[in-house]
Amino acid sequence: MSVQDAPVATRGTVGTSVKRFEDKRLLQGQGTYSDDVEMRRMGYVHFVRSPHAHARIVSIDVSAAEAMEGVYGTLTGAEVDALCEPFTQLAPDPGSRMEDYALAVGKVRFASQPVVAVLAETRELARDAAEAVVVDYELLPASIDSLRTLDPDAPLLHEPIGSNVAYSDTYEWGDIDWALENADHVVSIDKLHFHRFSSTPLECNAAVVNWDLGTDVIEVRSNNQMPQFAAMFIGPAIGVPVSKMRFVSQDIGGAFGLKITSYPTIAACILLSRKAGRPVKWTEYRSENVGSSAHGNERTFTGIRVAVMADGTILGFDVKAFDDAGAFLRYEPLGGVIWSQVAPGCYKLKHLRVEYTQVLTNKCPVGPNRGYSRLQHLWMIERIVDVVAHELGFDPVALRKHNYPQPEDYPYETPNGCVYDSGDLPRMLDIALELLDYDGWRERQEELRAEGGGGKRIGIGIGTTLDSGTNNFGQAQIMNPHLPFSGNGEAAHVKLDLYGEVSVNLGTSPQGQGHETTAAQTVADVLGVDPATVHVHAGYDTANHAYVGFSGTYASQFAVTGLGAALGAAQKLLGEIKLVAATALGAEVDEIEVADGMARVRGDEEREIPFIGVANLVYANVAALPDEVIDQVSLNCRYVYRPPFDAPDTVRKFGNLTLTYAAQLHAAVVEIDEATGHTEILRYVAVDDCGRRINPNIVEGQVHGAAAHGIGAALHESFVYDEDSGQLLSHNFYDYHAATALDVPLVVTAEIESPSPFSPNGAKGMGEGGGAPLSTISAAIQDALGGRGATVTDSHNPSERVWRLLREGSDAPRHVEVTSR
Amino acid sequence: MSDPETTHLVRTRVNGEEVERVVQARQLLVHYLRDTLAMKGTHIGCDTGNCGACTVLLDGEPVKSCMMLAVQADGSELKTVESLSPAGADLSELQQAFKDQHALQCGWCTPGMLMQAKALLERDPDPDVETIRRTLKGNICRCTGYVNIVRAIQQAAGQEVTAGKPEGVRA
Repeated sequence: MSVQDAPVATRGTVGTSVKRFEDKRLLQGQGTYSDDVEMRRMGYVHFVRSPHAHARIVSIDVSAAEAMEGVYGTLTGAEVDALCEPFTQLAPDPGSRMEDYALAVGKVRFASQPVVAVLAETRELARDAAEAVVVDYELLPASIDSLRTLDPDAPLLHEPIGSNVAYSDTYEWGDIDWALENADHVVSIDKLHFHRFSSTPLECNAAVVNWDLGTDVIEVRSNNQMPQFAAMFIGPAIGVPVSKMRFVSQDIGGAFGLKITSYPTIAACILLSRKAGRPVKWTEYRSENVGSSAHGNERTFTGIRVAVMADGTILGFDVKAFDDAGAFLRYEPLGGVIWSQVAPGCYKLKHLRVEYTQVLTNKCPVGPNRGYSRLQHLWMIERIVDVVAHELGFDPVALRKHNYPQPEDYPYETPNGCVYDSGDLPRMLDIALELLDYDGWRERQEELRAEGGGGKRIGIGIGTTLDSGTNNFGQAQIMNPHLPFSGNGEAAHVKLDLYGEVSVNLGTSPQGQGHETTAAQTVADVLGVDPATVHVHAGYDTANHAYVGFSGTYASQFAVTGLGAALGAAQKLLGEIKLVAATALGAEVDEIEVADGMARVRGDEEREIPFIGVANLVYANVAALPDEVIDQVSLNCRYVYRPPFDAPDTVRKFGNLTLTYAAQLHAAVVEIDEATGHTEILRYVAVDDCGRRINPNIVEGQVHGAAAHGIGAALHESFVYDEDSGQLLSHNFYDYHAATALDVPLVVTAEIESPSPFSPNGAKGMGEGGGAPLSTISAAIQDALGGRGATVTDSHNPSERVWRLLREGSDAPRHVEVTSR
Repeated sequence: MSDPETTHLVRTRVNGEEVERVVQARQLLVHYLRDTLAMKGTHIGCDTGNCGACTVLLDGEPVKSCMMLAVQADGSELKTVESLSPAGADLSELQQAFKDQHALQCGWCTPGMLMQAKALLERDPDPDVETIRRTLKGNICRCTGYVNIVRAIQQAAGQEVTAGKPEGVRA
């Protein structure tokens, strides 16, 4: 085949649970994470952070800190302002007028925002010296609430923007006004609230940064998960070419999207390194991480109206969505369009209107968090489906099956032009209910009610979500037509080394997803070798890895883009090996086959050449090959996988926004203690469909992990701010309560495989999951409340909220209204 | 009265080797291991004793090394993840069980998990699933959802691996 053809996967080890090649070093304490890196003359940085949610910086005095022995220097916002341009903003006007810098300039806009950087000989001394920095603040009133921040008299965060609205637009497809007028029932829900939380990777942000004053190359050994995106923000801001920024990461201790927006602090470390003439080590403390790194998007939905027909067909909905970005945009307002990858959720809704507004508040900035921007929207839709079922008396299982696309509907085009590639949601639901023993638990629920309950209630919930993967970055232009992004891509480099060894480097920056293993499987199958013999270089290094502007590990796409690139590069290399072998063996190229590290003439066992022989001819014995062959080969093959995307229609907001749509179907049984409101998960089942699984064990691990994040968020984890002081009330893991082994049930998994017809290997990106546990647990609690009970309107339901829901009297507002024709 | 001393001589036995260092009185044990002894296997995840990434064995008992000062370890025997098998050599049975069961993803919690699991199996060689889960309560993992870690400990205990298997979920 021509090396330019689209790659096509072969089978072999792909599809089997090859044990991970990265595990040995991690199990023996031999991994290398950012904080493990030491450099000669390195100093430690500690940030002086704002104690206030909103304040003008009147003065900063660093003299006492700088006078301390062992302190190497400081950096203030005023210096940053003098040295840098503000970071590029993705928002259209007026959000684009936001000025975001490496350190606070002029005023602070959230508690914990970095104000001054202090560099010293030791961690402890840097912390002591930071205490000696005196910052004089003039307090300003803070805007904390996501809706009240829109009041005309709300404190203004960014004066040039003129309001606290970062971005707003109306997304409308079909004819929702017609649907609401002609529906048999209109179900209205006045407000749903998706809370603020974060998957809090166990390793905090960290970087060791060195500005080499000899070469002016800036080395950044960080755990940033999208390094070339970071470089594109930092380069213009500090005035250095991207080619002089070398990002390196080996092992990263989890990221979940939250390590994309560490670039402002990395920029501060770069400036400090240049100023001090030393390498700088930055390692967040957990309290700094939860206070200032990135939170997931909080979103409030109001005025929801759902059009429903008598047979249960849901025609669509109308909603106003208020997304709270916190104090700075950073990756936002991309979330303002990314939810529309799954606009109708898992259902054949035809008429949709979402009036989307992204607001600014004096809280930690948001960043993409596992399930980014889709999980909020999908949770709202699942709440809609359950509320409709409950209010109109439909069985939630039957209602879902009635409204799901059916297997024969795929590829299914949504009202906004997204193409759900493949799937079978009804079958997934059947499997989930079978594994849950749904009928048995419904009987048990009835028995318990008949017995009087004994202070306990049982609830059963279902959640259906999608993990849309492999973004078409053209969707950014729906949000801001001036952004120069479209399509997507990832790069890989596969080479035959001097003695015929196969090695691979990737443009991705994995954080535990096992890229070394699945890339080895993919390449090994193409080249006919054992995956254990393929050396996939650990981690990422700008200096010698292939990359493109989209490179990194984020947004559920490695199985498609990363492995698509590895596959293409391996096939390119295979073509070169065959050409050299054919020349050496006096055969035609299409007569050559490879197996066990040998290239052979098909059907002639005598004529073969090992890969070491091929490598020898290209690298060392070059005069032995004719010019027309040696001129065509390098055995160093770079390939960029580009998914087949067109730019979306930005006026209609129409087009396919992601290549693949993995599905998650979760079901749970919960038991609620009426005296305390405590929710115990008795059974939890997760059925996944991510198309062809490259490595089933790795897939199951991602399913487990995504389930745990959602369960933790649904019941335990929430970032709440004090309305008056603007202080975060959960500043450490005591108060935040990251889910423990006792909080997460032993999730049972199952899968179906609906191969994607669009990806090169039939796989679908699946790491994020769709936040299905949030929907599932909301539904289960609602089910336990039963009858004319209160409505679950929040995605976070800790014991105290459930306790209150159980006690709401019949006179309490139900938040739901039904109008029938 | 004289100023209190700010440095102290600390003698420990670390993974079988006698170690003597003069340390700052306020240095945490985890920083002693990571910074002073340059043993990077032990990790820090929360600074408040919740997450257990820094778990090591102190005289055979699991402790959170971010919750202790280095000077408190004076005269003690310490074991860290690096003690489980020599770097590059074959994995121990417990480590191998973690690999077989895909009980780690990013690897940040793994050293603490291994040391907690080792201590558990030493005091209870045949723990049931609930005992395993309760033992892991002080060790947070953000990647695996714990299922495969429980499975790995079952494997290491020589048990049939049952955690999260469908037959275990019937009403």
